[in-house]
Amino acid sequence: MTMTTNKAPSRLDRFRDSFVWYSFKRDRTAQLCLAVFLCLVVAAFSAPLLAPTDPYDLRQIDIMASELPPFWIDGADEQYSLGTDAQGRDLWSIILYGTRVSLLIGFGAVILQALLGVTFGLMAGYLGGRVDAFLMRLADIQLSFSTLMVAIVVGAVVKATLGGAFYSQYAVLMLVLIIGLAEWPQYARTVRASVLAERSKEYVDAARVMGLRSKRIMFRHVLPNTLSPIFVISTVQIANAIISEAALSFLGLGMPETHPSLGSLIKAGFDYIQSGSWWITLIPGAVLVVLVLSINLLGDWLRDVMNPRLYKG
Amino acid sequence: MIAFLIKRLMHAVLVMFVISVLAFAIQDNLGDPIQQMVGQSVPESEREALRERLGLNDSFLVQYGRFAKNAVQGDFGYSYFYREPALGVIARHLPATLELVFAATLIIVLLSVPIGVYSAIKPRAVLSRFFMGASIIGISIPVFLTAIVLIQIFSIGITVSLFPESTGWGAWLNGLLSTQGNMPSFGRGYDLVHVVGHWDTNMASWDGLKHLVLPAISLASIMLPLFIRLIRAEMMEVLQSEYVKYARAKGISMRRVYFVHALKNTMLPVITVGGVQIGTMVAYTILTETVFQWPGMGLMFLDAINRADIPLIVAYLMIVGVIFVVTNTIVDLIYGFVNPTVKLTGKPA
Amino acid sequence: MALLEVSQLDVRFALRQGEVKAIRDVSFTLERGERLGIVGESGAGKSVAAFSLLNLISKPGFIAGGSIRFEGQTLNTMSERGLRKIRGNRISMIFQDPMMTLNPVLSIGEQMVECLKAHRRISSREARAIALDKLRQVQIPSPEKRLDQYPHELSGGMRQRIIIAIALLLDPDIIIADEPTTALDVTIQAEIMALLLDLCEQHNVGLILITHDLGVVSQVTQRMLVMYAGRVIEQGPTREIINDPQHPYTQGLINALPQMATPGEKLNQIRGSMPSLSNLPSGCAFHPRCDFIKRADGQTRPACVEQVPGFVQTGNCQVACHMVAELLEDRRLKEESQ
Repeated sequence: MTMTTNKAPSRLDRFRDSFVWYSFKRDRTAQLCLAVFLCLVVAAFSAPLLAPTDPYDLRQIDIMASELPPFWIDGADEQYSLGTDAQGRDLWSIILYGTRVSLLIGFGAVILQALLGVTFGLMAGYLGGRVDAFLMRLADIQLSFSTLMVAIVVGAVVKATLGGAFYSQYAVLMLVLIIGLAEWPQYARTVRASVLAERSKEYVDAARVMGLRSKRIMFRHVLPNTLSPIFVISTVQIANAIISEAALSFLGLGMPETHPSLGSLIKAGFDYIQSGSWWITLIPGAVLVVLVLSINLLGDWLRDVMNPRLYKG
Repeated sequence: MIAFLIKRLMHAVLVMFVISVLAFAIQDNLGDPIQQMVGQSVPESEREALRERLGLNDSFLVQYGRFAKNAVQGDFGYSYFYREPALGVIARHLPATLELVFAATLIIVLLSVPIGVYSAIKPRAVLSRFFMGASIIGISIPVFLTAIVLIQIFSIGITVSLFPESTGWGAWLNGLLSTQGNMPSFGRGYDLVHVVGHWDTNMASWDGLKHLVLPAISLASIMLPLFIRLIRAEMMEVLQSEYVKYARAKGISMRRVYFVHALKNTMLPVITVGGVQIGTMVAYTILTETVFQWPGMGLMFLDAINRADIPLIVAYLMIVGVIFVVTNTIVDLIYGFVNPTVKLTGKPA
Repeated sequence: MALLEVSQLDVRFALRQGEVKAIRDVSFTLERGERLGIVGESGAGKSVAAFSLLNLISKPGFIAGGSIRFEGQTLNTMSERGLRKIRGNRISMIFQDPMMTLNPVLSIGEQMVECLKAHRRISSREARAIALDKLRQVQIPSPEKRLDQYPHELSGGMRQRIIIAIALLLDPDIIIADEPTTALDVTIQAEIMALLLDLCEQHNVGLILITHDLGVVSQVTQRMLVMYAGRVIEQGPTREIINDPQHPYTQGLINALPQMATPGEKLNQIRGSMPSLSNLPSGCAFHPRCDFIKRADGQTRPACVEQVPGFVQTGNCQVACHMVAELLEDRRLKEESQ
């Protein structure tokens, strides 16, 4: 170490010294997964630049060019590298746009889950008593019904109440709300568990003795210490949210076909699989799997590195 | 034992109460039963009279009381679409779903235990690494996509022409990678054997079994990797314990150490998680049944949603609630029998 | 030839940061019916030593060198199958915490019978009869009832009695007891220890008692080893070591006993703490805590940072200390010159 500067190490320096960075440098799988994930994110969010056609623009769609195969199969059209779907949309373009929709909903839903879950988890863990009992019982019942089931039911009810047209128009927002509401218990439980662990430690007592208000203790003292489990489950939750969105869309409770996500692309293509046009459903499917797999592997790695004691299943 | 059952019963009543309130709220807010019963031409005054007669103008609580009373007697109203009691419609669809879930559970149990145990005992073996890699891929593939891929491979068939057909090895490789694809992928088939009541089984004929294979594998595909990873993680933890070390120090065989001392302790948390996963399984039957057009409750539910068949939706939710409560109780009982420290009084001794 | 002969035992742990030497150069013997104490602070390598005798070190630990010979057979190179015939049969173990040792989901009877059946071809009924007999020997109240009970239904003291009964099931030649009373209530510690000693005496069983409690060792064992940072630093007849400890560490341990303190004054402590095995001081591992470097005239001697001390013979004991060697040498020279 050089003693020329006596500045406190910056955040970047501290990150460089951390075990997370150290093990990332050594783990080829983690590097590959992050690279794949970032590629997909960048490609999806620059879809308007990368895509040769705008699939939302009806004028650019040629219904005569429907169900064209991808380039490596006889009968392909050079214009459409990955072929076209049943409506004649360029598959490559629509996958880019679809991935963007899937990612948007995935991230949005996880942010909502985290906001709800962290707030409720902190309240349950810190306030205890009846608040705790009520929130955790609610979380138990909701979790025991499985988040996907809750999402399907809520989706179905919301769709039936508001009408299909309205639902389709605000589908992105609806899906974020539904998946966000369905999965908050995961965060709440994790945060509550770590709050209970942290609360018994001395520094919280010390903060209380110093006369800090409980809200401040919660957000300035307890929350930072629960961050690493939150971080670890967030990766898994993003993957789950993307899969949940795909499942809802596949059931017709998600994104409409005019504005498809990866899930609705798979659903739309599935009708044509028997006629031999497998690419309409399986290529978006492959993109979905690669996306989710890269996130899951990153999550696995993160869980091993940041908190080996959390490792279950 | 009695105390355990009472506690369990109270929990069940609470859960069913929550579900019934939700179900009733759905029924109350969705669709207008008058609209469903009479046409557009009926004047408003008559509608109002009918509304009054049906008690639709009563307060929420009164209406809920009526709903709950009927529900307890198994009366969930008439399905709009089938024009028959909703419970009867469900009873007709239930056996197909239960058979599917049973077959999938069988696959999960038969594969996850040996694979999980093996990869815990030999964590560094090539095969274990393969299983762990495969399981994370399995978790990342949505259940409906697994189903679609299975249909493509085993039902439609794939013809590989990647290698030059003119050479002997190319033709051989192409042939090896191509599949025939004659597995059925649609419905339950016609060769069902009648058992009792509404129950026709797929499991008593060759054709029936063939129809069951792909849906069951699809449904199992999502849980299997989860259970493999769970069993492995739990088993590895148990293998570190003092009592396993002590068992070795007593000089008993490794087989007994693994399969009696370690496995029994491993299964305790696995049973608990298994109980929770039953709820998830029900959700996945909706997806699996949709892909394979399997005429079970899941497909029926999705159709009911699309047709806005409110009584059927409500009945489905209630029945799923009952199934869920019953299976959880059974799981708790099994747990109590396996774990001697639980005296079935609801709390560890 | 002794019943058990351990020589130059060397146990290492292959960790990510490199190999850690948990035990180095440990040698001792045990005769039939003899009682040997192994003493040291936690982290000194006592438990590792105990487990390595039956080759029960779990990965990443392994026996890197030396030999363990039991009745002429070398245990550390023996096959797993061969070892199984000795474990629990000829050499049995008593673990530290009876709460963690018995399998929670198996009944006491099952855990006793399986041990008998692993080593003898007998029926379950005969095995239960033997188990019951052993339960009577450990003076457990209503032994018949215990066989069908589960560990969680019994108190810690009763569980340790059962573990002693299991240790005696097959009339072994040696029992290795790793802190057998540490996890128990203070009130029953003496009772359990007395029971264990009594039964060992009755059956003429050799006992290796591993403990951090010098008081117990001084009362019950005939010979003892003092371990520090993975090495034996003093060994010999218990009475000689207790009465006239040579090594500064052993002296410190004895001075730290409560009965050595003057009433109203602080207990004597050895300053500092045991070093981590992965980061041992050079030379004599004890040198940062050693008080021998202070001479009577107030000057300090150079600390022993250069070489690891070998054993020197003092009376019937062996001590691994440079200072003791020097002191003895001085005395010898002085005697010679007179």
